[in-house]
Amino acid sequence: MADKNETILAIRDLKVDFATPDGTVNAVKGISLDVRAGETLAVVGESGSGKSQTMMGIMGLLARNGTVTGSATYRGRELIGLPPSELNRVRGAKVTMIFQEPMTSLDPLYPIGRQIAEPIVHHRGGSYREARKRVLELLELVGIPEPARRIDSYPHELSGGQRQRVMIAMALANDPDILIADEPTTALDVTIQAQILKLLRSLQERFGMAIVLITHDLGIVRHFAERVAVMRRGEVVEQGTTADIFERPTSDYTKMLLAAEPHGRKASPPDTAPIILEGRDVVVDYRIGGGLFSGGKSMFRAVDRVTVRLREGQTIGVVGESGSGKSTLGRALLRLIPGAGYYRFGTTDISGYDRSRMRPLRKAMQLVFQDPYGSLSPRQTVGEVITEGLLVHEPDLGKAERDRRAVAALKEVGLDPEARNRYPHEFSGGQRQRIAIARAMILKPKVVILDEPTSALDRSVQGQVIDLLRRLQDTHQLSYLFISHDLSVVRAMSDYVVVMKDGRIVEEGETDRIFEAPANAYTKALIGAAFHV
Amino acid sequence: MTDFAATPVSEPPKTVSRSLFQLALIRFRRNRAAMAGCVTLFLIALFSFVGPLFVPHTYDQVFSSYVTVPPSLQPRPDTSTLQDVMEGVAGRARVNLDAFAVEGQAFTATISAEEPIDPRATRYFDRANEFRDTKIDATENDGRVLKLSGQVSREYFLFGTDPNGRDLLARVMLGGQISIAVGLLASLVSLGIGVVYGATSGYIGGRVDNVMMRFVEILYSLPFVFLVVVLVVFFGRSFVLIFLVIGAVEWLDMARIVRGQTLALKRREFVGAAQALGLSDWQIIRRHIIPNTIGPVIVFVTVVVPKVILLESFLSFLGLGVQAPLTSWGALISEGANNIQSAPWLLIFPSILFVATLFSLNFVGDGLRDAFDPKDR
Repeated sequence: MADKNETILAIRDLKVDFATPDGTVNAVKGISLDVRAGETLAVVGESGSGKSQTMMGIMGLLARNGTVTGSATYRGRELIGLPPSELNRVRGAKVTMIFQEPMTSLDPLYPIGRQIAEPIVHHRGGSYREARKRVLELLELVGIPEPARRIDSYPHELSGGQRQRVMIAMALANDPDILIADEPTTALDVTIQAQILKLLRSLQERFGMAIVLITHDLGIVRHFAERVAVMRRGEVVEQGTTADIFERPTSDYTKMLLAAEPHGRKASPPDTAPIILEGRDVVVDYRIGGGLFSGGKSMFRAVDRVTVRLREGQTIGVVGESGSGKSTLGRALLRLIPGAGYYRFGTTDISGYDRSRMRPLRKAMQLVFQDPYGSLSPRQTVGEVITEGLLVHEPDLGKAERDRRAVAALKEVGLDPEARNRYPHEFSGGQRQRIAIARAMILKPKVVILDEPTSALDRSVQGQVIDLLRRLQDTHQLSYLFISHDLSVVRAMSDYVVVMKDGRIVEEGETDRIFEAPANAYTKALIGAAFHV
Repeated sequence: MTDFAATPVSEPPKTVSRSLFQLALIRFRRNRAAMAGCVTLFLIALFSFVGPLFVPHTYDQVFSSYVTVPPSLQPRPDTSTLQDVMEGVAGRARVNLDAFAVEGQAFTATISAEEPIDPRATRYFDRANEFRDTKIDATENDGRVLKLSGQVSREYFLFGTDPNGRDLLARVMLGGQISIAVGLLASLVSLGIGVVYGATSGYIGGRVDNVMMRFVEILYSLPFVFLVVVLVVFFGRSFVLIFLVIGAVEWLDMARIVRGQTLALKRREFVGAAQALGLSDWQIIRRHIIPNTIGPVIVFVTVVVPKVILLESFLSFLGLGVQAPLTSWGALISEGANNIQSAPWLLIFPSILFVATLFSLNFVGDGLRDAFDPKDR
């Protein structure tokens, strides 16, 4: 084990600049950080704070228009400005990195065994055959079941958590000194997230490498890191031990971040409130495979006899891991995808409605998506985006009236009305999500299905969006179906919770009851993983 | 945080608002090769379409005195050869040439014969491309000796002439007009059909997609020449038909590309949002799918244009394309290839322009692809 106080990576006055058509963007403005042997340093900050770019700059992985200046020394050896061939002796061997997206950081064309062997063969020489034994060890180490069989699997045969384990195995292949983990668990379900973090911790105990954890999730930092550096707008605003930062934050920004955990609760509507949207015994089957001539078609049941009753003014939180069928349920309730069962909107039976008969009702039933980057067409101005629904539902409106409503809707979601002449790519994630909400609200809906509306956002922005959604609910007497895997957000938003697993409801009840006294084992595991990392 | 009026969302930066297209344009402008390609294309278009105004010869004007002359910056005829030419003319007019002199642009000649010479004999002189405005200055010896004077007409053939004595410069310009027009129009036809077909097929999906794509594959399997021959036989041969035919064949690739794009796009959430808003399929295709496929489509068009120009030359080569005296670069090149040993300039000049056009289009295509590549954003 290395000496705990030895500094192995010293970053001094590191700057990362990007040349853009609008001039130079200073992503990182001269930061200094030390990574000591065997410690866990968390770099915390919101998206755009430059935390990833710092590490990318050191590893020589910046986009083409990026330049890095300053100094980063690994055990006395300067890394900045090294030619790639020299740098390769350090990166991938002594300093390794794992990324956020385990789906895309593995090459789909090669079996995982070969991909793990690649850094070994590259840095130590030898053949892939010789490396195989080491690969098996590594797979065992990161807890992949049946490594001998899995070694020849392709990435698509593994789950997200397993892929992240494979990435970790790759990073560990050459006994690194420093493991840079760039949001390693953000794309994973909460239960998997906890497992991966546990794995990282146990590996660190065994091998004594330093871990640089880049994250925006303060919950992880609190339980996992020894020291924390808080970054904002390319600068380190505060650094210190985890205890210091969490107990005695000095900068306003850190305080704000700590306070950004969603809180508050919503008052339940009376039990007598009329049911506005109901789905009884909802079943959705997906057909897998089957072309024009091939006969064999198999069915996959995404939602299995689920019953949901949404009252006026109520928020139902739908919780579950990815693949549990919660998003499918939301779309089935809006009749956007075909599903069996009985559906009712207000007092109208809409079970047999097709697309054209649903069209007039769409005005009252809206949907907000998870990904604020994907849910706005990049070729339309914001004004066009949000007034599009009016073209369908109120075709008689004049241009001036549509514009007036767009202004009102943008004001309502807290955006500058000038935004309507701009394009979506000019806005941040939180602003885009507001635009998406404005698009739904301009139609004055009664029911809004919120499909992970905050999952892609930073914590502090999440809080703002949740406040906005609550305020809109109050003003317009909206009913929400709030789909999320983030339990703390669900807790703050909903007054009734439905827990789904494999297309079925495993438990449902009042929010407090579910969180305080979960009855089902799965619910317990979910809540355990979310609140006690 | 609970009060929004108190904590307004951070103001969008006060920069000029730019659409994705404008951003792409900015990136494109920074690409030197692509900009050079643009300039070259512009110059070639200018040469082909405006050039004929400055060339005194038309593309179908035959200079029988200048058959297959090599390109030269000197005007024709050469003073040294005029004597021979004059003797030839005198021979045809059955007169003797007694004296011949050239001074600047004018010439004087004395001709004689046994019998009195018919004054209309001057027409023999005018008929030669080299002389014009021949008139009789004096008649001697009862018309047996005529003193003539006239102008030497000097012609420039910068690109030389072809075996029929037509000015290659004018013909290359005409060929450029036709090739560029066919390239652009046929590409537009293929663009129109391909984008609508591909987007519809990809967006609706399922059985419709299957049937539509199988139809495309059937068309793919038909030999192109066969298709063209059939169409030409049915509709007769015309200029409009050429680009319709080529466009009607080239849209297949376009349809596949757009369909692929559409398949990716229709899983994007903004399409889901449009469905939730209640837009009809056609509205979604028109408002969301097609505008978002435009990047790859524009790039592909720059590849289709040269391909179409080549196809047209192939058709002309088979005798199914434009017919003489009209011509295209392809036809000129195939003609030049036949005379490569005796008259290499017939191949060189159209080829240079053709190659320059193709290169420029490719550079522009590369530039556009980079400019529209969202990963660079």
